[in-house]
Amino acid sequence: MAEFTMPSLGADMDEGMLSEWLVHPGDRVTRGDVIAVVETAKSAIEVECFHSGTVEALLVDEGTTVPVGTPLARIGTTSESPSAEISPAESRPPESPPAESPPPSTPLVRRLAQDLHVDLTVVHGSGPGGRITRADVEHAEPAPARDKTVPTTRPVKPVRGDDWAKERPAPLRVKASPLARRLATEVGVDLADVTGTGRDGTIRADDVRSAAAAEGAQRPAVPDMARAATARLMSRSKREIPHFYLATTVDMAAALEWMHACNRELSLSARLVPAALTFKAIALAARKVPALNGHWVDDGFVPADEVRLGVAVSLRGGGLVAPALAHADTLSVTEVMAALKDLVARARGGRLRASETVDPSLTVTNLGDQGVEAVFGVVYPPQVALVGLGRIVERPVAVNGLLGVRPVLTATLSADHRAADGATGARLLTALDRLLQHPEEL
Amino acid sequence: MSTRTRPRAHPDDGTTTFREALREGLREALASDDRVFLMGEDVGRYGGCFGVSLGLLEEFGPDRVRDTPLSESAFVGAGIGAALAGMRPVVEIMTVNFSLLALDQILNNAATLRHMSGGQLGVPLVIRMTTGAGRQLAAQHSHSLEGWYAHIPGLRVLAPATIDDARHLLSAALTDPDPVLLFEHGSLYNAAGTLDPAVHEVDLDRAAVRRAGDDVTVVAYGGCVPKALEAAEELAGAGISAEVVDLRSLRPLDDATIVGSVRRTHRAVVVDEGWRSGSLSAEIESRICEQVFFDLDAPVERVCSAEVPIPYARRLEEAALPQPAGIVAAARRAVS
Repeated sequence: MAEFTMPSLGADMDEGMLSEWLVHPGDRVTRGDVIAVVETAKSAIEVECFHSGTVEALLVDEGTTVPVGTPLARIGTTSESPSAEISPAESRPPESPPAESPPPSTPLVRRLAQDLHVDLTVVHGSGPGGRITRADVEHAEPAPARDKTVPTTRPVKPVRGDDWAKERPAPLRVKASPLARRLATEVGVDLADVTGTGRDGTIRADDVRSAAAAEGAQRPAVPDMARAATARLMSRSKREIPHFYLATTVDMAAALEWMHACNRELSLSARLVPAALTFKAIALAARKVPALNGHWVDDGFVPADEVRLGVAVSLRGGGLVAPALAHADTLSVTEVMAALKDLVARARGGRLRASETVDPSLTVTNLGDQGVEAVFGVVYPPQVALVGLGRIVERPVAVNGLLGVRPVLTATLSADHRAADGATGARLLTALDRLLQHPEEL
Repeated sequence: MSTRTRPRAHPDDGTTTFREALREGLREALASDDRVFLMGEDVGRYGGCFGVSLGLLEEFGPDRVRDTPLSESAFVGAGIGAALAGMRPVVEIMTVNFSLLALDQILNNAATLRHMSGGQLGVPLVIRMTTGAGRQLAAQHSHSLEGWYAHIPGLRVLAPATIDDARHLLSAALTDPDPVLLFEHGSLYNAAGTLDPAVHEVDLDRAAVRRAGDDVTVVAYGGCVPKALEAAEELAGAGISAEVVDLRSLRPLDDATIVGSVRRTHRAVVVDEGWRSGSLSAEIESRICEQVFFDLDAPVERVCSAEVPIPYARRLEEAALPQPAGIVAAARRAVS
């Protein structure tokens, strides 16, 4: 027996609202499955569970705000009660099926799901009426191997459309016209937040447009919370952390030349931007200077055992989040690029995973695309350092005794003087500079 | 028939009817090309079952305007033979229901000979026939089967809906080296209007936008075009701007105009007097879904005839056919 509790999704979080259950009593869950959506002051976060087993009871209703640590669900773990294996038929919720079941999947989709070991009950359907399409299955993550006690020879019950629909959980998805879906993607509106005014509540293009238009007016409500959260955190930082600041100018000529050469080989969607190189270089520099990669806990510095790069992302309606880019030091530059794109898009869409909001070990703020040349940031507690990147600008620079025009970048470091000294900070910036002079080694 | 007098094509008030416009087209074709002749049941002395060829026998003589026996298969076959031999026959079949007797000639000969002869034999034949309901002629004279013909490769299928198209479609059809079917909706013959003096020819390949609009595209053809325009007028009163596309050609379909309009309006209503199942409206809806699915903001609506043999009783016949009120309702569903 295990309890699934309201997780702490950041140093400043003390309570959260359970906004959506993605499982039902009787559902089998595996460690790492996303089973609920929790709304914090900053954003909605998909929360993974840490146990494998069967959901026995949901203890908190959707829409309820509870303190961190409050039990949310009871999960019967298989290791404790192997005999409690529930047959698929019984695992269905005893109550009647959800009133509005999503349309059944096509035979092709069901076969594909079986081949790829994808659990259709947790796949988000992007097709008409929330239908799960082939692409949804192909992009879904395979479910971990099922418990061995389920006999694999169990004859597959021929599923009629109705039965199939009944086995599906309540609809987590929205009805929207094809145009509305396309528009929502284009303008960055989450269909889950749009009220449909069409037949049966179908979301039409106009609903998306008015939602997008209202976003500016509506945002203040949510963002006020995000703003307040940012305000609390930054005040705490400036109150507790004695900051010091360093800056250096990095010659970006070699890095940019290498990047352009790479981009000639890459497809349009995979092309690199300078941030991919600088983030990777910062992650490597952090590994070389572990004294700045970690947390200040109970009056002492605790180095992190991996580099989890916090990526400061400004939200459209105001406020900041800094989700973690894990293992940035071991990913290739192209992988960093892809991960960054994904992370920023989901952060702005308010769909971060819980594991991504767990404290990063070092944060990077990149204001280059906002046009400024240098940024001296405020350290995110309990981290002890923050690297700031400005815009890459062409400047006259003396190189080997000759004056030339070079692309240069101002990199800064804000650090906690309790944990480190100027010399340590200088080592990190120097390492960063050196790494960016040899981009092929990144 | 004593009441039948030779009518004037252009009465004094400057208006003309759909029937007169068709007759003018025929007269022009007969006058301008010796190879053109008209044949069919009662086209000569009776002046055509629906009065389209009234007066042409007197004007062009019995060699050019020929009455035939009651055998659609025989005179359509004769038309195919004449076309193969270098003539430009115009064959009139009384209604599309009766054309089924000649379906073998139309499908197995007219539509296929060019392909089966490796391009050596063309059949430059024009077949005119009446289609559609609305005049209490009951189930054997009232059906809309043009969608069946639009299924057949090797044919061009046209359906004039306006006075200008009635006037000019025939001469365009006669320039086609392959068989052309021309469907004249029975309810349109008495429609009156003014010929546009600026129009001297029509483009067979293009659908026509009869009314521009932004909120919903209403696709119609033949006898349903006036109903679609009436519906558009009523919708305009309710603040809904409907665009009316007149297909004009049922085969080939002008996809570019149809989907171009839907791409702008994001909604479509297809009006077809044929039965819904397996109809031309189904084909048009499919093409819209195939080509502009991600521009659609609502399911495509269809307004078709009830799936019954067209009734004789007036109220029942009205109820069985697409009507402006039904088009308005469908458009409202699409934009609601």
